[in-house]
Amino acid sequence: MATTPTLADRGQRLGLRLISKAAGLPVMADPKVRGRVERILGRSTHAGFRAQVAVGRAFKQVKGSGSAKRPSPVSRRGVFDLTPTEDQQMLQEATRELADEVIRPAGSRADTERAVPAEVREALQEMGLVLVGVPEELGGIAEERSAVAGVLVLEQLARGDMGIAVAQMGTAAVATALALYGDADQQATYLPHFAGDEPVAAAALALQEPQPLFDPFALTTTAVPQGDSLVLNGTKALVANADSAEVLVVSAMVEGEARLVVVEAATEGVTVEDDPAMGVRAAHTGRVVLTDVIVPRANLLGTTDDHRDAVRRGRLAWAAAAVGTGQAVLDQVTEYVKERKAFGEPIGQRQAVAFMVADIAIELDGLRLAVLKAAARLDADADPAQVAQVVGEVRALTATHAARIGSHAVQLLGGHGFVKEFDNERWYRDLRGAGVLEGTLLV
Amino acid sequence: MIDLEVPRKFRPLVEQARGMAEEVFRPISRKYDLAEHEYPRELDLISAVIDGLSSSGAGQGAGASSSTRATDPEGEGEVAAVGSGRHHPAGSKVRNGSNLSSVLSILETCRGDVGLTLSIPRQGLGNAAIAAVANDEQKQRYAGQWAAMAITEPETGSDSGAIRTTAVRDGDEYVLNGEKIYVTAGERAELVVVWATLDRSLGKQAIKSFVVRRDNPGLRLVRLEHKLGIRASDTAAFVLDDCRVPAEDLLGDPEIRIEGGFGGAMQTFDNTRPLVAAMALGLTRASLDLTTELLAKAGVTVDWDRPAHVQSHAAARLLQMEADYEAAHALTLRAAWMADNGRPNSMEASMAKAKAGRTCVDVSLACVELAGATGYAERELLEKWARDSKILDIFEGTQQIQLLVVARRLLGMTSAQLK
Repeated sequence: MATTPTLADRGQRLGLRLISKAAGLPVMADPKVRGRVERILGRSTHAGFRAQVAVGRAFKQVKGSGSAKRPSPVSRRGVFDLTPTEDQQMLQEATRELADEVIRPAGSRADTERAVPAEVREALQEMGLVLVGVPEELGGIAEERSAVAGVLVLEQLARGDMGIAVAQMGTAAVATALALYGDADQQATYLPHFAGDEPVAAAALALQEPQPLFDPFALTTTAVPQGDSLVLNGTKALVANADSAEVLVVSAMVEGEARLVVVEAATEGVTVEDDPAMGVRAAHTGRVVLTDVIVPRANLLGTTDDHRDAVRRGRLAWAAAAVGTGQAVLDQVTEYVKERKAFGEPIGQRQAVAFMVADIAIELDGLRLAVLKAAARLDADADPAQVAQVVGEVRALTATHAARIGSHAVQLLGGHGFVKEFDNERWYRDLRGAGVLEGTLLV
Repeated sequence: MIDLEVPRKFRPLVEQARGMAEEVFRPISRKYDLAEHEYPRELDLISAVIDGLSSSGAGQGAGASSSTRATDPEGEGEVAAVGSGRHHPAGSKVRNGSNLSSVLSILETCRGDVGLTLSIPRQGLGNAAIAAVANDEQKQRYAGQWAAMAITEPETGSDSGAIRTTAVRDGDEYVLNGEKIYVTAGERAELVVVWATLDRSLGKQAIKSFVVRRDNPGLRLVRLEHKLGIRASDTAAFVLDDCRVPAEDLLGDPEIRIEGGFGGAMQTFDNTRPLVAAMALGLTRASLDLTTELLAKAGVTVDWDRPAHVQSHAAARLLQMEADYEAAHALTLRAAWMADNGRPNSMEASMAKAKAGRTCVDVSLACVELAGATGYAERELLEKWARDSKILDIFEGTQQIQLLVVARRLLGMTSAQLK
């Protein structure tokens, strides 16, 4: 099958061309010269494509006392209701403000620079959102299960900017995973590093792999048991904050089943290469390559069902982010079509335009309500089959309608939508990702 | 606390409605599709059951008559608010009331059969109109009677503000003249709620609804339509020829108020649109349930966790259709919940009807496609549902009218600005 060469392929080909050219030179007949050139070429290829060996702190293993702490399920009242609790409203209001005042103005720059500006990062860290899914007794802020709180927060953050939201909440995903699935030792070893004076620079929940038709339950990454260890091999794609993550939770096939494994970034054999994408660029996505990475078998995180649960929660989190960015689209185009004039009147007075705005609103609200329904089921510890179905539906809605909302966002502005002067082209790129990417986020 | 499940207290009602759909409607569904204009006598029996449910209070309303209009704390719909029945002012306590229970029970009965649901005595859309705009005295007077709804005219469909049927005050009576078509349950109902204008030059604000007794000699049935679907439900055409109606049968406020919206008559839609959305949901549910069953026999099932793109095309389509159903379902429950809690819901009612209406047409047609000959032939009901579905994206406001309502609300535009 013919494929278009990627930039990396072209780079490697260029390297090969240089080597073969050099090899033809008479001086290369000298084995000493030849060896030196080969080393240099080898190093440059390594530097170019395997940018760095992942860095991070050494986590001292801590023995947890008693059994793992879990956020407790929410008890339902049995009443249909769309009103968030007071706690949730406070969280929602606080993040709403943050989104309007800090995140939204920084969105464009963060996208260009592929980094979250320091002042934005500080503002977000101050709010302690990383611990939104961690129970109080583990140093977090959740009183009980918090998928609803999580989607409300993500919606607001991504209304500000999806890339920044992903960059920040990617770390939260690992903290939440430890709270939900970790045993007492894992919680005691890692969770303290998400709070305190020297929190981890980042952490990443790496499920995605590069192959087309990716299925998170049929992974190419493997973790083979060897005595008390697991040996991991494979490549994780589009990992948020890959180069700054100090601890990773990766998915891998363990004895034929997809499982979660904690991998410290400083472990030998973990390398990171840059993996920029169409969108969520502020999250500085990279590939994490695992080559004969050996971790203790005790690093298995949760069960097979927990992995499945993490996939669902990840999809739900992406959907919540899509709702937020979709709302940013709706808010902006609503004003734009009233102001922009063509043929002597506001374009919003034409049905062809107005109906697109109406469709954005309808599909957006449909998605938002489905997301809330799914989150409430998760918090109430509903039958997993019921959770699976509604999350599957949410995923389908995100893949279809969020991408279309992004398309409408550009179309309604015409040429203005296509240039970087407006946010719309970024929304277009980010909204495509929300229904495609796996893991990364977790509610 | 956010929770989008069917409320606990309505589950018995839902179960009863489901039982009725499966035990009564389904077995006679094809019979009355083929025997258009024949009265489904089986419904006389079950209407007694429904009346029993309603009066016991256990059901909180099993049909259209029980929905009540939303109050409007901002006074936007002040005309309609006069004598608008049960008020549920916005308060701190969240309630699940008759709007939500009506939506839930209609969804179930329409999973059985839409045409038969529309033919349940005393549960007509006219009853919803009365519930929405009548004063308490009127509600009492019309209680227990079956009311149809007459809005559309030969020259006036979606632009219901342009109706030509006139009402002229003459002493203690109004004299109605005009022509009405597409009156659902018009032949069988005991009352017909007729929209007429007091003064055509004053536009929409002059439109009022009148309750006309079916045996009024001035109300003449001229025709029953032959239709694409919902054939179990009779669709009548009437001529009003100097039809004299007592003045106290004008619903709501008799004054013409120049300010304010479309007035009382139009506010009916805030109530009835979620109900029609619920009908669409019921039909969609029926199509999806049967198709899921048929495809399972053919070896195709949906895996909710695995990505759609690694499943069969048929499974992926089922997944996407269930997703759109979920969205339509949530939008509809929201619109009803808002009405129950005294929140203005015009836009949300239209969103629900737009999404549910188009979803039910898309899904029912796709299910015929997936089931092939089994779907297209009369042996199963899939082809019938694909015919029934189309009206649900048309009556109580077409898809396009819903989009107009939504867009005007969003953009703050009048009907003069966004035509």
